[in-house]
Amino acid sequence: MYLARVIGRLVASQSYEGLARVPYQLIQPLDENGAPMGATLVACTAISSGPGDLVTYVDGREAALALEETFVPVDATILGFVEQATRLGEIIGREEAPA
Amino acid sequence: MLIAKVVGSVVATRKDEKLEQQKLLVCQVHDHKGSPVEQYVVAVDSVGAGPGDVVLYATGSSARQTHLTEGKPCDAVIMAVVDSWDLGGENVYEKWA
Amino acid sequence: MFLADVIGTVVAPVQHPSLEGRTQLLLRPLSPTGEAAGKTRVAIDHVGAGVGDRVIVIDEGNSGRQLLGGAELPIKTIVVGIVDAIEHLGKVVYDHRAHPPLERRS
Repeated sequence: MYLARVIGRLVASQSYEGLARVPYQLIQPLDENGAPMGATLVACTAISSGPGDLVTYVDGREAALALEETFVPVDATILGFVEQATRLGEIIGREEAPA
Repeated sequence: MLIAKVVGSVVATRKDEKLEQQKLLVCQVHDHKGSPVEQYVVAVDSVGAGPGDVVLYATGSSARQTHLTEGKPCDAVIMAVVDSWDLGGENVYEKWA
Repeated sequence: MFLADVIGTVVAPVQHPSLEGRTQLLLRPLSPTGEAAGKTRVAIDHVGAGVGDRVIVIDEGNSGRQLLGGAELPIKTIVVGIVDAIEHLGKVVYDHRAHPPLERRS
């Protein structure tokens, strides 16, 4: 699992069977300081989250297991809405979403 | 998943028999702002995408989680055609614009 | 498996049901000699680790699911051990009894 910031929403009406009702969001993975880490990606979401939210996501095959239909070609899924993440007692990732 | 644009297709007469009947498309990766990145991928199409379409593709073992690719030597699959996306409420890409 | 330092905690009030009641830790993956190596991760704690501990982590779904006893859990990063000591090329490079607190190491 990784920490990430939700930076946008994506709509795809023509998708693989079983993914029709799954929302997609653009996310920016974050490092231990809450700074961007690597490239942005698109993830499905198993919870209700929106732009600006700090979240955790899982990659790989496990990403599909968080969805209602588990036999789907999905390699990243948002699992949790993070209220607070700390690094050595200091709160990180609080600032708003980068553009 | 990553965003990519379908820029071509691949025909291969000699290939593993498990790849027969698979539609292989060449895709160029795009970033979240919609700009092309110098990164290409050959992916199996599972949704009927065509040249010029902006798509999402999944990689790794997840790519084998379709009826088309299950048990096949495939590590990238196109699983959605993108209609639109926004960044923090601002529209970046619109298919029908 | 890889080595990591537990550097923080993650609290998520809204999450997938499979994560409920499980402690989530922020990890800094490390090389055997203690240099940061790889992307910051969030892991499920399985051994009662806390901030400051050096730990062993698995990041592969199948072994993770066996550990947690769930056939279809979307969990793959799990802390499975707390390190007492690490020997690298014949030298002890980490001994948790001799190690200063994490704050002074970073």
